[in-house]
Amino acid sequence: MGAKICVCLKVVPRAEVQLRIEEATHRLDRSGASELNPADEYAIEEALSIAASLDAEVVAVSMVPLSGVETLRHALALGVDRVVAISDVSLAGADMVVTSRVLAKFLEREAPDVIVLGSQAMDGRGAMLGGAIGQHMDLPVMSGVRSARVEGGRLRATRLSADGEVVLETTMPCVVALSGSANVPRYPSFRDIVTSKRKDISVISAADLGLVPSESGPAGSRTHVIGIAPRPVRQADAEIFVGEDGAAAFLVGVLDRAGLT
Amino acid sequence: MSGADMSGSGSDTPLVFIEVRRGAATPGSLALLATARRLAGAAAAVVCGPDSEHVARTLPGYGADEVWFADQPTFDAELPGPIIDAVAGLIVARGFATVLLETSVAAVEIAASLSARFDAGVNWDLQDVEMRDGQMVGTRLALGDTVVIDVGWTGEPRLASFRLGVGEPVEQQVPGSVQRLEPSISSRALRTTIHERRDSTHEGAQLVDAAVIVAGGRGVRDAASLQLLEALASALGGMVAVSMPLVDRGWYPVSAQVGQTGQKVRPRLYIACGISGSLAHRVGMEKSGTIIAINSDPSASIFGLCDAGVVGDLHEVVPELTRLIRARRAAEASAAG
Repeated sequence: MGAKICVCLKVVPRAEVQLRIEEATHRLDRSGASELNPADEYAIEEALSIAASLDAEVVAVSMVPLSGVETLRHALALGVDRVVAISDVSLAGADMVVTSRVLAKFLEREAPDVIVLGSQAMDGRGAMLGGAIGQHMDLPVMSGVRSARVEGGRLRATRLSADGEVVLETTMPCVVALSGSANVPRYPSFRDIVTSKRKDISVISAADLGLVPSESGPAGSRTHVIGIAPRPVRQADAEIFVGEDGAAAFLVGVLDRAGLT
Repeated sequence: MSGADMSGSGSDTPLVFIEVRRGAATPGSLALLATARRLAGAAAAVVCGPDSEHVARTLPGYGADEVWFADQPTFDAELPGPIIDAVAGLIVARGFATVLLETSVAAVEIAASLSARFDAGVNWDLQDVEMRDGQMVGTRLALGDTVVIDVGWTGEPRLASFRLGVGEPVEQQVPGSVQRLEPSISSRALRTTIHERRDSTHEGAQLVDAAVIVAGGRGVRDAASLQLLEALASALGGMVAVSMPLVDRGWYPVSAQVGQTGQKVRPRLYIACGISGSLAHRVGMEKSGTIIAINSDPSASIFGLCDAGVVGDLHEVVPELTRLIRARRAAEASAAG
């Protein structure tokens, strides 16, 4: 059996979309245009580079509403071999515990050598999934990782520490959760984009994974939103100068008044 | 508490996970001891690592009534695996119903793992927690910090992870008991090891001690332009810091990085040049005395945080500011001489 790398992806509202939380459900409105969580491009790049050293297949998985499935095609254009969308109305509003359980169920079936996740999703999902997936699957986890590679049959990962950097090593299979910008993601060529249109994205449900509604639906969630209110606006009292001419003199005045010159 | 029942059978006293940096408890985790006392009138704490006994003995000074430490050789701040097992064992043995943590890389992994292990809810990036009608409610900012979300937990334990830098430690001496934990560690936790540590803190001046910091971010054109910042820092008797993207580009050492994954600084003066002011950067510098921002993007969020700002090109403004300050210093020197 060949080596396999799985990368977990998230579809988020596009950066230019005005984010909105639905009053009735307290959930993020996902009806607008969507894109791949920008941090996940680093995860795909890291997965592809680990896969290159192992001659491994790369499989991307995402828990995503049906309306966001096509957005995952970008992963195919970037070089992922296969994309699986777990899409099911019962999963709407799933919290971190449920999401990690659903992904872990899928990943157990795929049995990859390495599971790669991007850092904090832009819409607040948090950088938690990696730790939870590792626990569900009883796999070692390395998080906050800036780069990872296979060395002598083990996975070696570098991350920032309070005193500089630390290089960790663990057995495979394992989970790697990346920090922010871990690498330089590739840019798909026109040809890659065209080819990706011909590939299939398989869509499966929570039931296909053998999950029952009490595990995968809102009933499985252990957190809930009680209410949402606009943040009380703190009147910004900053003095702002526009333009370059005279800006330095303005700043010297600021420093003088603050007793800092 | 308002006298209503806690929704479960566990201990009412929250357990605070104490993080250690350079041999001392982090201010953020000490602050959570005060949060715990506000919630329940008592606080428990757990701390793991080679220096943890020493740190544990300081914790009753910040309101920890019960303290556990684990200082066996398997414990290291860089390896959350054994720490997860130790904290999980303590939660089971003592029936803790509430666990409070910071939002460091390690604490996030610990909270996430505990959540999956106990099928427990985790709310993160919290600003605060309080008891409301007998229920614990957390508050969190979202959508670019424009809305406040109240969040709750169903079931126990309740895991609450707090945004870095939201609280201050409160010194309040309590009698406090300190005990060593003898946790059993799973084989999973022992599979990850430290291959190498690369210390990049160079000798000499430390960023955290600097009274003035001139910081550069993505808006800095190229590595050479950082010399403009170095000149300004030198004129002000300060040091240069950078945001994470510049470290990623290899323009500056990680020891100069300010932010969530770098240093937390609070100089008297912080001049942010070409820094947008992302949350990850803000948590490292927002407690600075006077914050000045120079950025060509008028919508940069740093302008909502600074005391004074210039919307303009830093490559023009910074050298001119350096020149004016040098001229001022020269005039002062000749007047004094």
